[in-house]
Amino acid sequence: MKNAVGRELPERIGEYVVRPYQGAYAAVPSTEPVHTLRTAGKHVSGDKKILPDLAEAVRAVGLKDGMTVSFHHSFREGDEIIGQVLTAIREQGIKGLKFAPSAVVNIKNPSIVDFVKDGTIDRIEASGIRGELGDAVLSGLMEKPVILRTHGSRPRAIEAGELVIDVAFIGASAADEYGNATGQIGPNACGSLGYSFIDAASAAKVVVITDNLVDYPCNPVSISQQYVDYVVAVDRIGDPEKIGKGAARMTKNPRDLMIAERAADVMAASRLFRENFSFQTGAGAISIACTKYLAERMEQCGVKASFALGGMTAAIVEMYKKGLVRVLECSQSFDAVAARAIANEPGIVEIDNAVYSNPFSKGSMLDRLNFGVLAALEVDTDFNVNILTGSSGEMMGGLGGGPDVAAGADISIVCLPVVRGRTPSVTKRVFTCCTPGEAVACVVTEAGIALNPRHKQYQELKEDLEQAGLKLVTIEELQQIAESLTGVPKPIETTDRVVCVVEYRDGTVIDVIREIKRRDV
Amino acid sequence: MAEKEIRLKRTSLYASGSSPVNMIQAVFYNEDMLIYDLEDSVPAAEKDAARFLVYQMVKHHRPKDKYVCIRVNGIYSEYLEEDLQAAVRANPDGIRIPKVEYAREVQAVSVRIAEIEKKIGLKPGKIELICNIESYMGVLNAMEIAQADPRVVAMAVSAEDLTASMRAQRTKKGLEVFYARNAVLLACRAAGIDALDIVFSDIHDKEGLKEDTALAKNLGFDGKTCIHPRQIDTVNAYFTPSMKEIKYALRVLAAVEEGKKQGKGAVTLNGGMIDKPMELRARTTLAQAEAAGIRTEGMVV
Repeated sequence: MKNAVGRELPERIGEYVVRPYQGAYAAVPSTEPVHTLRTAGKHVSGDKKILPDLAEAVRAVGLKDGMTVSFHHSFREGDEIIGQVLTAIREQGIKGLKFAPSAVVNIKNPSIVDFVKDGTIDRIEASGIRGELGDAVLSGLMEKPVILRTHGSRPRAIEAGELVIDVAFIGASAADEYGNATGQIGPNACGSLGYSFIDAASAAKVVVITDNLVDYPCNPVSISQQYVDYVVAVDRIGDPEKIGKGAARMTKNPRDLMIAERAADVMAASRLFRENFSFQTGAGAISIACTKYLAERMEQCGVKASFALGGMTAAIVEMYKKGLVRVLECSQSFDAVAARAIANEPGIVEIDNAVYSNPFSKGSMLDRLNFGVLAALEVDTDFNVNILTGSSGEMMGGLGGGPDVAAGADISIVCLPVVRGRTPSVTKRVFTCCTPGEAVACVVTEAGIALNPRHKQYQELKEDLEQAGLKLVTIEELQQIAESLTGVPKPIETTDRVVCVVEYRDGTVIDVIREIKRRDV
Repeated sequence: MAEKEIRLKRTSLYASGSSPVNMIQAVFYNEDMLIYDLEDSVPAAEKDAARFLVYQMVKHHRPKDKYVCIRVNGIYSEYLEEDLQAAVRANPDGIRIPKVEYAREVQAVSVRIAEIEKKIGLKPGKIELICNIESYMGVLNAMEIAQADPRVVAMAVSAEDLTASMRAQRTKKGLEVFYARNAVLLACRAAGIDALDIVFSDIHDKEGLKEDTALAKNLGFDGKTCIHPRQIDTVNAYFTPSMKEIKYALRVLAAVEEGKKQGKGAVTLNGGMIDKPMELRARTTLAQAEAAGIRTEGMVV
């Protein structure tokens, strides 16, 4: 069968029943009460939650074969919690787990691949997979397909009972012995723990893991003691160099700067660029530069924003400090400056990822967003966006919040160069469709700005950009420019076997990734 | 006779023939003149490959809205003949010759180009020349060089080799090249060709670039070579004509138009004669205005 973006899908993939994507805003949620495994607890004065080590915690939570374990991704590449926990699980001979981290996790030593190969893990549900794990999955590592969900879709799936977490392991840069935990303070501060809120509230058992046990009560608190079953202190939660790296730097690549400046020009030209507007710019090289250009334009025009949303960077914190933005709503913190700012600034606040992006709640902050700036690996002439797979079919990233932001923001701006190296990034058909074109307002490249005639804001945005004298091109022109420079690459060859399911934010299937045929194997 | 096409040269950017990535990216910036380089940026071992790449790029992928140049290797280098063979066949708007010191050098290159043009069936004299003046001898002979050959449409001053040849110290303020800039500029004016100013080397100093570009514009230059893509928009902005200049240009062209209608040989404005260079200047001003997004149609003058 074909879904609404023209992707051919099987009706079932093993036990997974495919619900085809029908439109960016077409699906409706169930009217059933939200799902949770959280149970009542009973504690009396003098009870202790602290356990001596992870092995003891694995035993205490009653982890069994086939259960689902979750982690957050807030320590990013520096994470050592996942490796330690999975090692403790393996040592107890527990097999066939579902691994459900909140986003892309690319841990190296040990690698997730090792835990799949020895049978500890047999299913993965995440926002993306890359590196060694990504390559291995695309080459057919796993029997069951990996399910990829956006940031907004994960809490939705949990509340819909599609992702049922038995044990949530939550790393914290500071915690007390009764389970109050945070990422905002301590030597390995990572900032917001917004992705763990839903896990803490929905899992059957919750274990907090820290390398920085503080006196009771831990303050500030992100994960409350009322949800936490056990606390474990370990020597290290991660590599401080990688968790706590400083402000993300401004790119010097003149092409990226040009794209970033154009994206800021698009925002500044729009009629929505007015007092109390809102924006999300993200953490890529172009995004950070775009944030700085946006700040310049706000200063020039004397316009202030009501809020900035999503993942925070030092560049946005700087805007807050200049009084350009009233509140920073942080679902995650991308650098050390942003991580520590939550504890120090009253207007920089940690928010639940579900509040940020869940499409099936009683209101997510994305619904109130004016501008969303998004990165992409590929865009096609239907404005469909690929943020997962690279030019040779390799896994390059995660869905993140991209599809959520595109659907939520009034104006979603996708930034990318028309060519990367020897391959075109504006194509006739993206290899993997992650964000439907319907939700993309415009594509900004070094070769011009293309507006999507099918987008709800098209007419107004067109008028505004023309009024500002910004050069508009069609997406077909961008595709032709790209193709004229690189030629048409040979299509990536795949087998029929589905190795990843790409879910849209509403839980329908927008695309699948099939096993890549490797010529060198 | 067809009117001479106005080709703006506010900004020039080099893209190294040994860097395909730079060559592709350079197309997308806002420079008026894009120069594919075979000279300084290409190591000796890569000259062949660069020549081939630049040929293919200009022949098949040249940007439509830019003045496209190829900078060949030096007049006395072993590469010049092959460079010219490839460059002329690629059919760019112009060839930029480095380190020109004498008029006879330009003439010799022009003759060679003409031979190749003839051989491949290109209209003779089609390819233009831009002479880079990079030594004290070039500055001293600027007048002769500017008028050496009808192909020469512009001269560009280059400060780095020039100061070395003068034994001067290169400074940010650039007093040591002030005379040379003016000497080349005056030679261009005398020959009725475009004058292109030196690069401003500190890519991080935006204020310095603005000051230096303001000076170039005030001195009378038509454009400036950029050392980095990030300089282009700033330099272009400084070469945007003022409202006063635009209105004067519109009055000049209106008078010329009126003169044509009435079949007059000589046209005057405010009692002064309008000659061909004045008309050309006015058209250039309007082209600069248009490039900066200023709409002059229907403007009250």
